[in-house]
Amino acid sequence: MKTLILKEIDELVYGSMGIIIFISFFIGGVVSIQTALNITNPLIPRNLIGFATRQSVILEFAPTFTSIIMAGKVGSYITSSIGTMRVTEQIDALEIMGVNSLNYLVFPKIIAMLFYPFVIAIAMYVGIFGGWTAGVFGGFSSSADFVEGLQLDFIPFHVTYSFIKSIVFALIIATIPSFHGYYMKGGALEVGKASTTAFVWTSVVIIIVNYILTQLLLG
Amino acid sequence: MIEVDNLHKSFGESHVLKGISSKFEKGKTNLIIGQSGSGKTVFLKCLLGLFSPDKGSISYDGKIYSELSASEQRNLRQEMGMVFQGSALFDSMTVQGNVMFPLGMFTKQSKSEMQDRVDFVLKRVNLVDAHNKFPSEISGGMQKRVAIARAIVMNPKYLFCDEPNSGLDPKTAILIDNLIHEITQEYDITTVINTHDMNSVMEIGEKIIFLKNGLKEWEGSNKEIFKTENEAVTDFVYSSELFKKVRQMYIEERN
Ligand SMILES: Nc1ncnc2c1ncn2[C@@H]1O[C@H](COP(=O)(O)OP(=O)(O)OP(=O)(O)O)[C@@H](O)[C@H]1O
Ligand SMILES: [Mg+2]
Repeated sequence: MKTLILKEIDELVYGSMGIIIFISFFIGGVVSIQTALNITNPLIPRNLIGFATRQSVILEFAPTFTSIIMAGKVGSYITSSIGTMRVTEQIDALEIMGVNSLNYLVFPKIIAMLFYPFVIAIAMYVGIFGGWTAGVFGGFSSSADFVEGLQLDFIPFHVTYSFIKSIVFALIIATIPSFHGYYMKGGALEVGKASTTAFVWTSVVIIIVNYILTQLLLG
Repeated sequence: MIEVDNLHKSFGESHVLKGISSKFEKGKTNLIIGQSGSGKTVFLKCLLGLFSPDKGSISYDGKIYSELSASEQRNLRQEMGMVFQGSALFDSMTVQGNVMFPLGMFTKQSKSEMQDRVDFVLKRVNLVDAHNKFPSEISGGMQKRVAIARAIVMNPKYLFCDEPNSGLDPKTAILIDNLIHEITQEYDITTVINTHDMNSVMEIGEKIIFLKNGLKEWEGSNKEIFKTENEAVTDFVYSSELFKKVRQMYIEERN
């Protein structure tokens, strides 16, 4: 079981690092530029750029946006790998050996996804760094202004809120695609369809849960 | 010994098995034959407990499957080996990993004991140099042999094979048949094989059940099947041109 969990951590969590760092960096950059371009009133302090980047990255872009990407990347991997095992009777083979196949296939994925908040933490850092890079090197803000904005009115609970969301999203990303893969019927074509359906449902549930959690925790 | 009594199974409207009763003895190769779609796979999956029958009972050496607790069912399943129609090897594992899997899961053997056992069964199925290959890197016949090795690695009391030699060339097919037959006798296993291959019927059909439209149409041995007057059976047996000619010659010779 331990080797299985490590394998899933490598596959699901570590393997997603590259794309997440890439996306976070550029999204952070875009948020920073957009904010800068929308400040036309000279009375608004320039440190708003750092402030806005921090708030959007920590509250929404890192946890929610990244999770939608993960629903596509990790979710479709989970559905198609479990679904393929279903159609090629590998799951039946497990059952006949006396293995509890649902437990064997899904449990390690859930445990692995508990490491997901670490990914989100990295996404936060990289996103803010991307914002700083775009702001400073794009000539929209001075480094000092940006850093001042980052430290302005910092509410630690926002980070907690974000991590609570990530844990919940991690569970959604591990379970909904597993369910679609495990209980699918048919052949190779249906594996593809199941992956798509799983992605749609995972995203919808993430978006709704995001709304509910935000209302409950911040509202 | 496996005893099946009045087995029924439907999927929605379609009544696939309509009351099948039979006995499968220890140390014998029992064959289920019948046309495509006659319910052979469904029957086998009922025996394995993958489908639960709507009516009727299945007992393994006196233990009625449906009356066992969930954990007793799991224990019983560990005594079963299955070779699936499509081999069903775990494609994320090597040949060796596949065969070792049940040992690692259910025994407390040391690494070297497991390795010895894996080497032994792989040698038994005539596969000696494929240990570290993945299922996608070996041929269909080799995959079947790995599947057989995986099915017997735990010394099962019951062995089930769903068309173990479909899609193989005649020579490899006979090899696989003989292998299953030998293993059955050697380890005194109760073996049930689905097939529509007449070669297998002739070679290893110690007991044959002919399914038609969800019913047991005929039952007997490979010696009896060529003499039977049952029209459905002779129709099936002599559907191949080769067998028709052989029968013709046999009749001419007799006269
Ligand atoms: N899971 C299922 N759901 C619904 N119907 C099924 C299911 N499995 C099998 N059937 C139906 O049961 C009938 C018998 O199928 P089965 O697979 O047992 O045939 P078979 O004798 O094994 O054929 P073949 O020789 O082609 O493998 C078919 O009509 C099939 O449509
Ligand atoms: Mg079949």
